[in-house]
Amino acid sequence: MNMQSNPNIDTALETSTSELPPKNTIGVWGWLRKNLFSSWLNTLLTIVTVWFVYAVLNKSLSWILGAAEWQVIAANFRLIFVGQYPVEELWRIWLSLSIVSALMGLSWGLWRGTMANLSVSLSFIYFIVAVMPFIQSGTRVWLFMNIALVLSGYFIGKKLTGKWVKRAIIAAWLLSFPVTIVLIKGFGVLPDVATNVWGGFLLTILITIVGIIFSFPLGILLALGRTSKLPVVRWFCITYIEVIRGVPLITVFFTAQIMIPLFIQGFEINNIVRVMIGVSLFTAAYAAENVRGGLQSIPRGQYEAAQALGLSTPRMMFFVILPQALRAVIPAMVGQYISMFKDTSLVAIVGLFDLLGIGKTIVSNPDFLGKHMEVYLFIALIYWVVAFSMSYASRRMEKSLGVGER
Amino acid sequence: MSNQPDKVKIPFWRDKRIIPILLQALFVVIVISFGFILVNNAIKGMEAIGIKLGFGFLSSTASFNIGQSLIDYQPTDSYSRALLVGIINTLQLTVIGIILTSILGVFIGIARLSANWLVRSVATVYIEIFRNTPLLVQIIIWALAVPSLLPGVKDSIQLGSVFISNRGIAMPWFETTPATAIWIGFFVVSIVAAILLWKTRLKAQVQKGKRTYPLIWSLGSIVILLAAAWLITGQFPAMMTYPQIGKFNYEGGYIVTKEFAAVLIGLVIYTSTYIAEIVRGGIQSVNKGQVEAARSLGLKGSTIMRLVIFPQAFRVIIPPVTSQYLNLAKNSSLAIAAGYPDLYSVVGTTYNQTGRVIEMVTIMMLVYLSMSLLTSLFMNIFNKKMQLVER
Repeated sequence: MNMQSNPNIDTALETSTSELPPKNTIGVWGWLRKNLFSSWLNTLLTIVTVWFVYAVLNKSLSWILGAAEWQVIAANFRLIFVGQYPVEELWRIWLSLSIVSALMGLSWGLWRGTMANLSVSLSFIYFIVAVMPFIQSGTRVWLFMNIALVLSGYFIGKKLTGKWVKRAIIAAWLLSFPVTIVLIKGFGVLPDVATNVWGGFLLTILITIVGIIFSFPLGILLALGRTSKLPVVRWFCITYIEVIRGVPLITVFFTAQIMIPLFIQGFEINNIVRVMIGVSLFTAAYAAENVRGGLQSIPRGQYEAAQALGLSTPRMMFFVILPQALRAVIPAMVGQYISMFKDTSLVAIVGLFDLLGIGKTIVSNPDFLGKHMEVYLFIALIYWVVAFSMSYASRRMEKSLGVGER
Repeated sequence: MSNQPDKVKIPFWRDKRIIPILLQALFVVIVISFGFILVNNAIKGMEAIGIKLGFGFLSSTASFNIGQSLIDYQPTDSYSRALLVGIINTLQLTVIGIILTSILGVFIGIARLSANWLVRSVATVYIEIFRNTPLLVQIIIWALAVPSLLPGVKDSIQLGSVFISNRGIAMPWFETTPATAIWIGFFVVSIVAAILLWKTRLKAQVQKGKRTYPLIWSLGSIVILLAAAWLITGQFPAMMTYPQIGKFNYEGGYIVTKEFAAVLIGLVIYTSTYIAEIVRGGIQSVNKGQVEAARSLGLKGSTIMRLVIFPQAFRVIIPPVTSQYLNLAKNSSLAIAAGYPDLYSVVGTTYNQTGRVIEMVTIMMLVYLSMSLLTSLFMNIFNKKMQLVER
């Protein structure tokens, strides 16, 4: 193999050496050049964006750190989170939170990945709140105990092995919803706390949880009805789903608030329950469409095989079709519930004191006149933290489940 | 043996033909009796406080004021007129919102795919911030919190001839003159001419293989016709009026009220995050091979975008964007939080005055339903036209 014998290679080598060396793409300067200044247009874009980001950050940070008066948040901290919930019963809410923390820690140890990020952020939030100067020492103890619970859950979870552990934890997560509600409401087990003192973030979360618990089975029923062979049932479900999906949520709340007392005479249904009914009925229609998507994704062969085995329609649905269909729609359902969580803020319009409603009462208090921005920004931040972490977790879960790729 | 099956009589509760009918009959009975009990209760309850079902009250005097209206409205007008004002306000909000959010959404969606790291990150942060905060909270911030930080009319923030204050936004606007109609006529003709010229010239270019400059021809026709309009009328199509700071409020120009601006900004920003993600997904859904094939055919970047990527991405984008438009239309009902008198707000006021709950809920639901149905009908037709016609 003599290089000299081939003149073509020679010339090729010559031209390549006479050219400039390739642009550096490694290191800080290389990265900058590649991502920010690759052409004159890109450079212009970078400059404009830097100016824009600077302008926005400058204005907002100078307000947040300078002009804003955050005492209004400190003074109303408990109101924002639990509303008028009686102080002597607050331990129940702390206990519920501890259950969540412990489960979070256990899941972190078992699954790592997404749960790790979520648990760390949760502990971080506990920590931030705990070191705030205005927090009472009792609250501080609870918060640090929650951090300890997350961490000890992690170390216990790491040690646990076996498939049943994961199932048990998932079951515990599902069980934690009703347990929390019983803890907070009482229901005869504990002294009853009237729902009209629920408020703030607590009420927002409770409406969301109740909405999830009731809308899910209702949505499955509606989806089954919509795909049913019985025309009357099918048309009823189609009408229901399309009507609900065609009107804004606020009209459903309005209707629930005013019509339910008219419809049901004789005993009083308080406005929180009415709103919960409204949100469940509303979300069920959307959940039904998600479930229907899942049902349609099941190949015909599955139905035929189940029928060939002699399963009756309910059994086929319950044991063969639904488990597969529901698995496929988990991400869509999580997305639906995130948007439901955000939509619960609408109950403030019909006069409830959820997170947003409490905000409204705080700014109408003459002591905190003109503190709109502080209060609403803080409330927006709470909503954002929850919605963002839920959507982040669901995106990660979607990837790790591999749903849609199978 | 062979006649045995005929003798076995299937009990009716096992008969596959009868069970469905029975089940449905049962279902109908349950639904109707349940519905009857509820409605009966409601009517009885209404009658107990002296209200009879019926829409007759719509023609009586509304006697409440509505802050903003496109059509003429006085408190002495009827309830039906007030409702019409509410419907028109909702439609106005929805239409302007859809146009603005589409523009902003496409812009952010493309920014999300930018090769520039900074632009990409800013777009991502924008989406994550505004998507994960409830729309109502955003609208309330725009409606109550932001104006509390803005200066009064006297010390308005001035950007060119646009003024921003805690009263709203004042901007230059057109005022029609007698020449406007002539201008509009010429403009319509020029657009038609431009489209026709573009098509015929482009066809000629394809058939003859020679450059026929369709763009220059069509733009030229617009310029010539508009110049003709200017020569005939001797003036511009409309007068511009510029806002000025008056004694109490702005004078001249067009004033976007604080309420309308707040709802519109909230709706547009919130919905644009969804549109942006849809646009990004649509562009990414176009097969990489398509771009490579177009490049190997020698098409340049902008042509690839216009003729290869965009038409294919567009098909993917239409259905989800339709549902976002529907969401925007429905979310416009949150205008009440900002105090903008949309349909929901007028319905609420009317209910408070008359106590006609069943009628008002029916009207409100019907209007929103028909709005949703009309939008999805329109977008479905559009979608059918745009979809790939396969063999």
